[in-house]
Amino acid sequence: MTKTPLQFRHNGRDVAVFVDGGVNLLVALRELIGDMTPKFGCGQGGCGACSVLIDGELHLSCLTLAETVNGRAVETLDGLKDGPNLHPLQRAFMEQFAAQCGYCTPGMLMAAKALLDRNPSPTRAEVIETISGNICRCTGYEPIINAVLAAASGGRARA
Amino acid sequence: MAKHRGRGIASINYPIGMNLGGDPSQALVHSNPSGKFTVSLSSIDLGQGMKSVTRQICAETLGVPVEDVYVDTADSDTGPHCMGSFASRGTHRVGNAVMAAAKEARGVMMEAAAEELEVNAADLDTDGRGNIHVKGAPHRSISTKDVAIAAQFKQGRTISGRGIFLVPLSEVNPETGEMSPATCYAHACLVAEVEVDDETGEVAMVRMDSAYELGRALNPRLVEQQLVGGAWMGVSHALFETPEPYYPDPAHGPRDFVEYLMPGPGDICPHDIAVLERPAADGPFGAKGPGEMCANPVLPAVANAIFNAVGVRMDELPITPEKVLRAIKAQGGARPQARR
Repeated sequence: MTKTPLQFRHNGRDVAVFVDGGVNLLVALRELIGDMTPKFGCGQGGCGACSVLIDGELHLSCLTLAETVNGRAVETLDGLKDGPNLHPLQRAFMEQFAAQCGYCTPGMLMAAKALLDRNPSPTRAEVIETISGNICRCTGYEPIINAVLAAASGGRARA
Repeated sequence: MAKHRGRGIASINYPIGMNLGGDPSQALVHSNPSGKFTVSLSSIDLGQGMKSVTRQICAETLGVPVEDVYVDTADSDTGPHCMGSFASRGTHRVGNAVMAAAKEARGVMMEAAAEELEVNAADLDTDGRGNIHVKGAPHRSISTKDVAIAAQFKQGRTISGRGIFLVPLSEVNPETGEMSPATCYAHACLVAEVEVDDETGEVAMVRMDSAYELGRALNPRLVEQQLVGGAWMGVSHALFETPEPYYPDPAHGPRDFVEYLMPGPGDICPHDIAVLERPAADGPFGAKGPGEMCANPVLPAVANAIFNAVGVRMDELPITPEKVLRAIKAQGGARPQARR
């Protein structure tokens, strides 16, 4: 099968790879770029573990054809922290005990980031709506909702 | 057609560990020349906090800072044997094994320190901050790092310890059927409030109030985290999850996350939890463990709440809208019971 050249920005850095036709973005990120932060959960858009931002918009990378991100900007959990400094959402997740096994956490963080980027002070209902496409098996969601709200109010306090 | 509120209560006893031919777990503790300690386990941390709790137990027993202990659960082929992370046994069984191993390692560490300080090991104590000193004379001290270096390069001594904790098999008395399946029990009581829609059969959680007695909570935040998440799993078992088909043909069964139903973030409800600590005589620092018990009281409490709301007695899990609706129809409509 012919491989297609693909160039895009990955967490602020230009990357170029050759992909087989039909390869999804999750596989491209994990196997070609080596970014293991988006997780494979169900491979059919049912769990949210593979969530990434494309041009700032929340997408399921397992349902996104890799070729469609040509020339666009892809953000994953790997780009969330600033050097050694964790993102306020990551700190809030730690402080609120919002992870147990951690498998859903990358997707939860990216969904939460997409929300806070466009709505810095969301309501509880808006947080619930935002993470409703992400399955968590361990936490019961409560600590995750609280963490997103804490990160949002932390952001407000600084502003 | 209306929505009916109901309240149900359930209390449970939960045995810590199991009794199928004895229930052992092993642990090994050794120091590195850096003065840091490694706990080797085959017990798996799947997010419940096994590593955090065994790390705390080891550090407390050794008398060193928790930062100086590393827990390695990498490989059950090469690690010391463990029955596994199930039956709420982790903190109790593995914690006790780690405690035994750390005690033995501490004994060697004190001997090595005694040789360096030229005193009797019985006169030494740890300060919990990485130093060993002569009792009553804190200035006569040596760091655990220097002890580890001396043991490794001068004394030729391994600062290490072995631990096993075994709850032996309890035979069944053939006359009475009596046995002791566990050495300690955790307890819980939970009140669930639900809202049942008698038109759709849907059950919505309104709130939960619970009390859990689980021995000493070695890491209160992790205990709370398990109780919150575990209760959610109980709701999931009570109302959503089943590998069985919704209709008689198994081909209609769920195959993936899209069809295997679980409550989402919009289905949760406020949950007020009280943690009661009655230390277990044979638990590590009195701990039993929250474990599976987190989920268990939710199921009967929800079933009782549904009865209270619409008067139908559900005896098959999960209590899906279809089952509720069929039961309501069979009795000729919702029959709300008295609120207590």
